[in-house]
Amino acid sequence: MTKNSLYSHCLHFGTIALLVALFFLLPAYHVGNLSRIMVLAVYAMGFNLLFGYTGLLSLGHALFFATGMYGLGMAMNTFGLPSELALIVGVVCAILVSTAIGLLALRTTGVAFMIVTLMFAQAGYLTVLYFGSYTRGDEGFVIQQAERIFAGVDITGETSRYFAALILFSIVFLLIAYLVRSPFGRTLVAIRENEERTKMLGYDTVRHKLLAVIISGSISGLAGAAYALLFGYVGATFATVQYSIFPLLWVLLGGAGTTLGPLIGVVFMFYLIDLSSELTQAYMLIAGVVLVLLTLFAPQGLAGEIRRKVFKWLP
Amino acid sequence: MASVNILSTKGLTKTYGGIDANMDVDFELQRGKVTALIGPNGAGKSTFVGMICGRISATRGEVFFEDQNISSMPAHKRIQLGIAYTFQITSVYAGLTLLENTAISARRRLGKDNVAVNAKALEVLERVGLADRAHQIAGDLSYGHQRVLEIALGLAQDPVLFILDEPTQGLAETEIDDFVDLINALSGDTTILLIEHNMDVVMRTADQITVLEFGKTLASGTPSEIHNNQAVQAAYLGTAVDA
Repeated sequence: MTKNSLYSHCLHFGTIALLVALFFLLPAYHVGNLSRIMVLAVYAMGFNLLFGYTGLLSLGHALFFATGMYGLGMAMNTFGLPSELALIVGVVCAILVSTAIGLLALRTTGVAFMIVTLMFAQAGYLTVLYFGSYTRGDEGFVIQQAERIFAGVDITGETSRYFAALILFSIVFLLIAYLVRSPFGRTLVAIRENEERTKMLGYDTVRHKLLAVIISGSISGLAGAAYALLFGYVGATFATVQYSIFPLLWVLLGGAGTTLGPLIGVVFMFYLIDLSSELTQAYMLIAGVVLVLLTLFAPQGLAGEIRRKVFKWLP
Repeated sequence: MASVNILSTKGLTKTYGGIDANMDVDFELQRGKVTALIGPNGAGKSTFVGMICGRISATRGEVFFEDQNISSMPAHKRIQLGIAYTFQITSVYAGLTLLENTAISARRRLGKDNVAVNAKALEVLERVGLADRAHQIAGDLSYGHQRVLEIALGLAQDPVLFILDEPTQGLAETEIDDFVDLINALSGDTTILLIEHNMDVVMRTADQITVLEFGKTLASGTPSEIHNNQAVQAAYLGTAVDA
């Protein structure tokens, strides 16, 4: 056990060290990509806590991502708050929305849970469009470069943006790594594996699932807020169903229920589309075929397969 | 100090769409004793213990545990009071190792103390003879071993009241002997309520027997009283049908 937790620490801090090193090793184009990837990986990690560890498949996480994004964006643009406060507003909005959705959606299970979360996310998307005079609807709005200063640092530059993304990623990455090894995280896994048994061992499974939805939704909202702040754009696209499906794909590809899976999944997907679009205009075809192959031959995702075949200790 | 009965029910009833699975069952469970609940298939035994531990909601009636009315408590709260329950149909964490299985069970009481949780998890595996398989995946075990693991999940909670629903179903003869020894070792400290079809096991373990038939209590008493009870013989052997 202690050996496993040592390995696990090495893995997590090693990953962060590697990301620091990559900044100095990679050309500017890939550094820019990696900033984006790290923020999206935060989103994927939030999703993974609910899907990979608790076994609850939400098809409406775009709602949480967009809530964080609009929470921050409108706090800055409409109400003129500084970015630090706006980030808090974004996260608080995500906490409130995920609590409400959790309380309602957790009355259902299985397929019904998927449909209810999907519907709430659609309602969220339509709400953004409906209040187009405030949200600027489909068109979205830009957060001015001059306002994107966080804790005294201008985060519009490549370097500061990369390290801002890296700090955010590291905090969430280590938090999740800690959480899934804690009694709380082990109980989530128990619920995923056999909810009825877990209840009959005296665990309050309803409370645990609600907390999982709230933490997962809040992390997703944090990612949305950070995305808006770092890349300066807020738009309704991020509330569409596509952005609910993305984290599912990332986590499935990278390995559901592994701490490293979300990052691996986002990197893989990002470069799969990036590279195949250089080859052909029908790049979605290539991406589609690769996804099918992966699902056929690595059903547990990349990190999941590595855990199954080589490193059984992988957290 | 504490009363003789650790648990009692008053008028406990469960109706499934017009069919009475249990009808006004008044039942008392003596502290520290092994009580067997027997009866033909469909007599309502599983429904009855399901209502005691809160898995099945009662249509009406009351359940008292340690003189406290627990009728409106959800299942997990009842378990937290010290009631452990093993399923009739094996329900272990098939995707996790045996050690992780028992650790989940032990962790609910022991919490963050990983050392204590692990020690307890290993101890119960040793107690049921599965320690050498601690790092195997539970789903890979034979059916009999999964049954034994199910019992270990109960033991890891150090229950005050241990309810076992047909624990020896599908066990081999030697495993049944081990089970009987285990129950006899537990009795005294732990109150045990056992649903059991194997009359040999019942006679070797039970201090008290309650017989259910058609959802009602047919008889209660010591094994010898039950053995000589005319109504029970009729129910089991099918003689003297007058209903």
